[in-house]
Amino acid sequence: MSSRSSSKLGRSIALHLVLTPLALIWLFPLWMMAVFSTMPDRGIFSPSIELLPHGNFLDNVNNLQRDTNFIGAIGISVSVAVTYTFLSVLLTSMAGWALARYQFVGKGVVVAIILGTITLPYAVVLIPQFIMVARDFKLANTWVALIVPPLFNSLGVLFMRQSFSMMPTDLFDAARVEGVKEWRIFLFVALPLARPMLAALAIILFLSSWNNYLWPLLINSKPGAMTAPVALGTLIGLTKVSWGGIMAGAVMLTVPMLVVFVLLQRHFVAGIAAGAIK
Amino acid sequence: MRYQNATAYRFLAPYLLIFSIFWLWPIISSFLISFQATRTVPWRFAPTFNWGRLIGDPAFFNALKNTLLILVIQVPVMITLAIVMAVLLNSPLLKARGLFRFAFFAPVVVGEVAYSAVFRLMFNLDYGIINKLLNSVGLPRIDWFSNVTPAMGVIMIAVTWRWAGYNAIILLAGLQSIPQDVYEAATLDRVSKFKQFFYITLPLLKPIIVFCAVLSIIGTMQLFTEPFLITERGGPGGGTETLGLLLYRQGFRSLNFGYASAIAYTMAGLAIAISLVQLWLTRDPK
Repeated sequence: MSSRSSSKLGRSIALHLVLTPLALIWLFPLWMMAVFSTMPDRGIFSPSIELLPHGNFLDNVNNLQRDTNFIGAIGISVSVAVTYTFLSVLLTSMAGWALARYQFVGKGVVVAIILGTITLPYAVVLIPQFIMVARDFKLANTWVALIVPPLFNSLGVLFMRQSFSMMPTDLFDAARVEGVKEWRIFLFVALPLARPMLAALAIILFLSSWNNYLWPLLINSKPGAMTAPVALGTLIGLTKVSWGGIMAGAVMLTVPMLVVFVLLQRHFVAGIAAGAIK
Repeated sequence: MRYQNATAYRFLAPYLLIFSIFWLWPIISSFLISFQATRTVPWRFAPTFNWGRLIGDPAFFNALKNTLLILVIQVPVMITLAIVMAVLLNSPLLKARGLFRFAFFAPVVVGEVAYSAVFRLMFNLDYGIINKLLNSVGLPRIDWFSNVTPAMGVIMIAVTWRWAGYNAIILLAGLQSIPQDVYEAATLDRVSKFKQFFYITLPLLKPIIVFCAVLSIIGTMQLFTEPFLITERGGPGGGTETLGLLLYRQGFRSLNFGYASAIAYTMAGLAIAISLVQLWLTRDPK
């Protein structure tokens, strides 16, 4: 008995001895991001080792704002991400509902499309998307260009199909017998029941829009139309630029998401894990 | 169940509309564009123009080589690390679970640009914290971005940092779906924890490991932001240029859409091959 509990103690100590250094290494870049964002440039580029925060964050924000209109870019990013999340949640849950609830001609094809596009590299659609949006539709440097093309999302549809098909069908059938229209059943019965799944989906979609880089870089390259990551990216590699400012920008992009992550970790994890469990 | 075509397609319509315009047509279109000479106006059909150039282009083979090198090293290291994280986080003996989960999962929410900036600064030759720490323990500093091998190393470290926790989340969900009584029975039969991991956990987790590996391979194959921002447009001297970056340069710097489309379809070909390997690996044993 005692040997068993002592071996348990040994394993517990070993576990923490492995995990603690790994966790510290993993936190280190985030910690340094925060530290750099509070240091003046001459502090960042000095030979001494600085591992603790200073007090220059607001100065760095000002430096960043002098280098590029970052606050304006944040405004664009927030508006685009909010609109995108709303539309995408609606679109993917409608599609997921159709797949979970109805039998229809061509269902196999629709499922094949969704599964097939998960592993298809985005590179294959990138060039025609760009030609179409920029040249044919003349929508470069608009919000529409940032919001609409990324609305196609396969994992979200699979996730919502899964969520709806786990609900008891009696409820929906009862409403149908009462003569309730299908779109009302969807809006007022199914969606409210799916609230936790919708939250998980919304968080993942918001994050994907907030952090999206390649497409906004290509399509909204005009200074006043850039999203925050694109605006920040233009500064990296320039010579006369405030690195404290860049780090302050990185913090402004990251910390709100970390707060959301901590508050809603369960939904976050559920949303990501759902990608794998079909 | 009776068929309800009209109702179903009404719910699917917006989704399928977006799919048709922004995915289906582009998939066809970029295939067609890859057979056209696009540097003259109007574009003209020239079936071997881009593909012929591709098979003789040292820049393409350099990018392909770099991409495959990153794939072959980074993905197995990251997946192994993710399995270790998931198994250890799943241990009932773990204290302060929330803190550890935060440490490993937090990079999932960090954007590519933000973390590229931090890694670039951390690995700076003269003032980067990594070289300062190396110096402080008596090791020589490393010129990370002027030589190909350390520059590739930084890219792989950065990608691993960003994505290991993401895979650990998926693997942890898989672990938690393994019924506990399997382990209880094994413990009663005096099977060591070590053996339980290799004979129970790994085989049951295999489909999810393969899924993670395939998603990671396809993600890494399209690597763009890290060599674009961290190693400054694939530097030094194209040493970290990837297929994603070459496609960007050809398509959006040189505006050579035909050649860029041929590169894109090469990536798609690789992705399809990898997906087929996945299907084969996770097939039902007969």
